[in-house]
Amino acid sequence: MNAFLAIIGRDLRLATRRGGEAALTLGFFVVAITLFPFGVGPEPELLGRIAAGIIWVTALLAATVSFDRLFRADMEDGTLELLALAPLPLELAVLAKAIAHWLLTGLAVTLLAPVMGLMLNLPEAAYGPLVAGLLLGTPALSLLGGIGAALVLGARRGGALVGLLVLPLFLPVLIFGISAVEATLIGLPLAPHLLILGALLAVALPVGVFGSAAALRLALE
Amino acid sequence: MPNFLHSLASPARFQRIANAVLPWVSVLAAVLLGVGIVWGLVFSPPDYQQGDTVRVMYIHVPAAWMATFCYAVMALLSASFLIWKHQLADLAARAASPIGACFTAIALITGALWGKPTWGTWWVWDARLTSVLVLFFLYLGHMALSAAFDDRERGGRAAAILACVGAINLPIIKYSVEWWNTLHQGASVFRMDGPTIDNSMLWPLLLTVLGFNMLFVVLLLVRIKSELLARRIEVLQRARASGRG
Amino acid sequence: MTAATQPAGLVADHLRCERGGRLLFADLCFAVAPGGALLLTGPNGAGKTSLMRVLSGLLPARAGRILWQGRDTVEEPGPWRRALAWLGHDNAIKPQLSVAENLAFWSRLGASGHSVPEALEETGIGHLADLPAAMLSAGQRRRLALARLALTRGGCWLMDEPTVTLDSASLARLGTMIARHRADGGIAVIASHDALDLPGAQALDLGALDTARA
Repeated sequence: MNAFLAIIGRDLRLATRRGGEAALTLGFFVVAITLFPFGVGPEPELLGRIAAGIIWVTALLAATVSFDRLFRADMEDGTLELLALAPLPLELAVLAKAIAHWLLTGLAVTLLAPVMGLMLNLPEAAYGPLVAGLLLGTPALSLLGGIGAALVLGARRGGALVGLLVLPLFLPVLIFGISAVEATLIGLPLAPHLLILGALLAVALPVGVFGSAAALRLALE
Repeated sequence: MPNFLHSLASPARFQRIANAVLPWVSVLAAVLLGVGIVWGLVFSPPDYQQGDTVRVMYIHVPAAWMATFCYAVMALLSASFLIWKHQLADLAARAASPIGACFTAIALITGALWGKPTWGTWWVWDARLTSVLVLFFLYLGHMALSAAFDDRERGGRAAAILACVGAINLPIIKYSVEWWNTLHQGASVFRMDGPTIDNSMLWPLLLTVLGFNMLFVVLLLVRIKSELLARRIEVLQRARASGRG
Repeated sequence: MTAATQPAGLVADHLRCERGGRLLFADLCFAVAPGGALLLTGPNGAGKTSLMRVLSGLLPARAGRILWQGRDTVEEPGPWRRALAWLGHDNAIKPQLSVAENLAFWSRLGASGHSVPEALEETGIGHLADLPAAMLSAGQRRRLALARLALTRGGCWLMDEPTVTLDSASLARLGTMIARHRADGGIAVIASHDALDLPGAQALDLGALDTARA
């Protein structure tokens, strides 16, 4: 447990020391969202209708651009070798890194989402389900994205390839994140959608942790 | 050198079996596809609602079936490669990927061609078409990843991990898309209710489905054979470069 | 070998390794007892680094076994991972963290026996403890990486080219450090170009192996 917490603590500390690396993802999130009113026009009704979709899709893209760095720095300076040889199973080290990644990106995006909702005229009833959905959905993104980040470590091209690998896997999270918002807006119960998002997270946990660890071992050979 | 021969032992056996099987399967595929397509396009009756448009079905349905089938085969081969480290499974999985992608592309294109007269538009976000599109992306990712490594074996194992992860996620994606589609009730969904289809349409369809399966076997064997030859060339070139050839 | 005669320490049993379709070594056997050392030599490309990576467990051997205290390190990685201290080509240093923070992280991750200040003193960088690691010279970075090994007591050190970028004073300190480790009952396996003074060490020249017989 000590080793597990040490990895989370170190990644968080590195992110704050590196100054703005975590802010980079948030910056991308905010800038990308502000492009939409320019793209579809500033009418409040139109924006309000598609606001939840804009926020969710941009959250997926912001997560995707952050994955390339998830393991690369540790790979390049030799830290990954030591993590793989440590008494702590590599699967748990991967989980610790995914948690740190989520705290720095997913949680930050979730907290920022209501502010973006204000700018996009998101209907009042949608705030709760949007944030609840992001809270359950973004950890699944960090877990599944880790697979892509680990798979491209030894590859010749990184960034764009990660997107092609992981974005299709994100589709169920997006669908149920949005359906949570839409169900609330037409007066249907919210709970089933959140339960399904929780189930998706429960699947992403083993798949992400074992998939990433297998890919990392391959990259280290 | 015995070590090298040992690693070639089972590929050599594969070559023998493939060479024996290939002509028969090729003829079978050609006959099944020829008879099925001619029957479907010329002799089978037009649909009472859709008219001659329904004939796209004889290509579209088998292609869509093969799209999923290829991915399943690829995932099984990848899993066996990761577990038993069998080189031939890696070769076969990577050979299957572009074939599956082609079947998927055919399913998407014929789906769009069918959609134009049926729905009045080339593309609707219908549950089946959308799932097939996502499947196409999964194939593209698999092909891109296996080609992105300088080291062939590394690319193979990375792609194998991805294929397994994709296979676990594919049913979830499929059901999510169906759920999303019922939520939106956008286009009127064309339903192919299998059991109620008339025999005059079922037989040619069955023939083309079988024909596509045989075609897959033919293409897979040819691709594995050519990949084995490419590796032999590489080994010979490397031997020449190190002055031992 | 029977269960009764299973030796303590590190045993390599008919190891075989291939990289990129080329055979590096086969049927490689050796045993290092507690307090012992093994010096790997050989020209570039002879497979020193590959052998180190096979021993650590990063690279699976094509054939053969590695035993630690009589137990297979692949089937039972737990005891081996706890005993192992790895020094690779890269120093695994985060430039944004201070020298002491870098070391404290590895200490929390499982290296135990000596405290962070003790390890820093042993490698002679105690006076740099609160500096950001980004400020260190190449030689000081290597000493910080060595300090990570100095955290452990006993166990097995796998050191791939530990002397890279070290000056002569640091080389002498490294010799003392390895001697202390061996006196504690530890094992050191060292791949190096430099002639290290390792009293009573076994030597293995990978360049002199006859790989043709495989």
